[in-house]
Amino acid sequence: MEPILKGRNLVKRYGKVTALDHCDFDLYPGEILAVIGDNGAGKSTLIKAVSGAVVPDEGTVTLEGKEVRFSSPIEARDAGIETVYQTLAMSPALSITDNMFMGRELRMPGVMGKWFRKLDKPAMEKFAREKLSELGLMTIQNINQAVETLSGGQRQGVAVARAAAFGSKVIILDEPTAALGVKESRKVLELIQDVKSRGIPIILISHNMPHVFEVADRIHVHRLGKRLCVIDPKDYTMSDAVAFMTGAKEAPEAA
Amino acid sequence: MASDRTNDNYESALSGASTDVASFEYHKKGFVGRLHDLLHTNPALVPLIVLVAAIIIFGIALGSKFFSPFALTLILQQVQIVGVLAAAQSLIILTAGIDLSVGAMAVISSVIMGQFTFRYGLPAPMAVAAGLAIGTAIGALNGWLVSRVKLPPFIVTLGMWQIVLAANYLFSRNETIRAQDIEANAPFLHFMGYKFQIGGATFTLGVLVMILLVLLLAYVLRNTAWGRHVYAVGDDPEAAQLAGVDVHKTLMSVYMLVGFICALAGWVMIGRFGSVSPSASTGMMGNIQSITAVVIGGISLFGGRGSILGAFFGALIVGVFELGLRMAGADPQWTFLLIGALIIAAVSVDQWIRKVSA
Repeated sequence: MEPILKGRNLVKRYGKVTALDHCDFDLYPGEILAVIGDNGAGKSTLIKAVSGAVVPDEGTVTLEGKEVRFSSPIEARDAGIETVYQTLAMSPALSITDNMFMGRELRMPGVMGKWFRKLDKPAMEKFAREKLSELGLMTIQNINQAVETLSGGQRQGVAVARAAAFGSKVIILDEPTAALGVKESRKVLELIQDVKSRGIPIILISHNMPHVFEVADRIHVHRLGKRLCVIDPKDYTMSDAVAFMTGAKEAPEAA
Repeated sequence: MASDRTNDNYESALSGASTDVASFEYHKKGFVGRLHDLLHTNPALVPLIVLVAAIIIFGIALGSKFFSPFALTLILQQVQIVGVLAAAQSLIILTAGIDLSVGAMAVISSVIMGQFTFRYGLPAPMAVAAGLAIGTAIGALNGWLVSRVKLPPFIVTLGMWQIVLAANYLFSRNETIRAQDIEANAPFLHFMGYKFQIGGATFTLGVLVMILLVLLLAYVLRNTAWGRHVYAVGDDPEAAQLAGVDVHKTLMSVYMLVGFICALAGWVMIGRFGSVSPSASTGMMGNIQSITAVVIGGISLFGGRGSILGAFFGALIVGVFELGLRMAGADPQWTFLLIGALIIAAVSVDQWIRKVSA
């Protein structure tokens, strides 16, 4: 089977620091691929390189067999790759609805939308409320409250809901459960399974081993700027995975 | 025991979790708390309250001399230039920038409108169009330097202010075009000064343009995607970029629109002053006056917060103070002193409002 999203020989240097060192990357259709690695291993840079936030110095990224060169996240998004960044990429002073539809706002039908470019706020609010309810984010009382008035977990929930609502080919989640409570974490994991059942593959970056082992089909272990190995969570234990990524144990041959 | 505890499937307890949207008993926050909420959602309220209070106080103190349709619309006429410039300045400040060149852009545009008519013999409407186009072009240059070259807006517009003002003197050879000549040969340049009466109130087209411009921008900022993008870019440009906003395009459009609006202010200037002079005070003072109106209007200098209506109220507050104190026979320095106090008070209120969140 051909990978839906493929990175080959990716290199990214920041001055004298090498973040990606001839790194390969494969995401197959319909799978959940977890990416794990120590802090500073280059996970985030790898994700940015395939999602358009960073342009790699060398190497190629291929989406559905066609080579792509994203020079911005907008291009990646237009190609169907939706990302939840660790920083969440939300505007604190704007409302939940504004944030969910940032860059893809809905306009009113008819003259008001066409000539006065008026936003269809009722439709956007309804959609946003639905998506949050699907995620079980019931503690959000007012869909028009500013994002800065939400708790950290609620903000994360809104960001995940946004990606899940709009991602069509690949969804990338960078530490999606890091700030969430038990219930919200569970909902996010369920959501991940749900998105997978719709046939959309997911890249999950996480330090939470129980979560990784629960949902991932394959685990990409990142170490020192490259792919160390890819393991099947059914064949290895969590301690094995941690040992590989920290260098405590020799990695298995071949991916 | 220990293993029992570690194997505890704590997530199973979720099966009985509530599925309703959270709601709480109405909690009395007290006057301060409610005021805080209100201001957080409607930042233009503070200047509106100050404006109404100022009009009432001067109305009581000065009686019908101040509180008449004539005097109140005189204020509108006196603030029309600053009002239009403040609308432009608001857009820039909402993107977390600042524009020191607004007044200079207005003056050079008015000079171009005048000189193109009188020196090059262009029909007045074409000269006005040229002035508007050149204003937009200067704005585009500002925008390009800020967005592409990534220079701080303060520095870019500080430089542009001097460049444009100097170019304005060089191009006009420091000549003033007299009002009588404009009246006789190119009355279209005076279009914005056209006066009409409603009851005892006197309006000019310039005043009308100012009000319509503010209402239009208020609508656009609140109800269109572009407006939301302006706020998002001012709030956190990196987040906006990652969320899918074309930050460069948004900034360019804002700076170009501001150039256009400043040129419009140049046209209003001709109507208001009658003559076209390269040494009009707007060139030196327009930037400070517009920033003052914006700050008193409660727009945050950190970007992303505030309403353009607030800036309009801010401009009116300054106008009310100027006229009211002059009618009361006070030393004009009192005006500046009070405006200064108001600026500091407005920024303190902004800080208080921003504390809401987290």
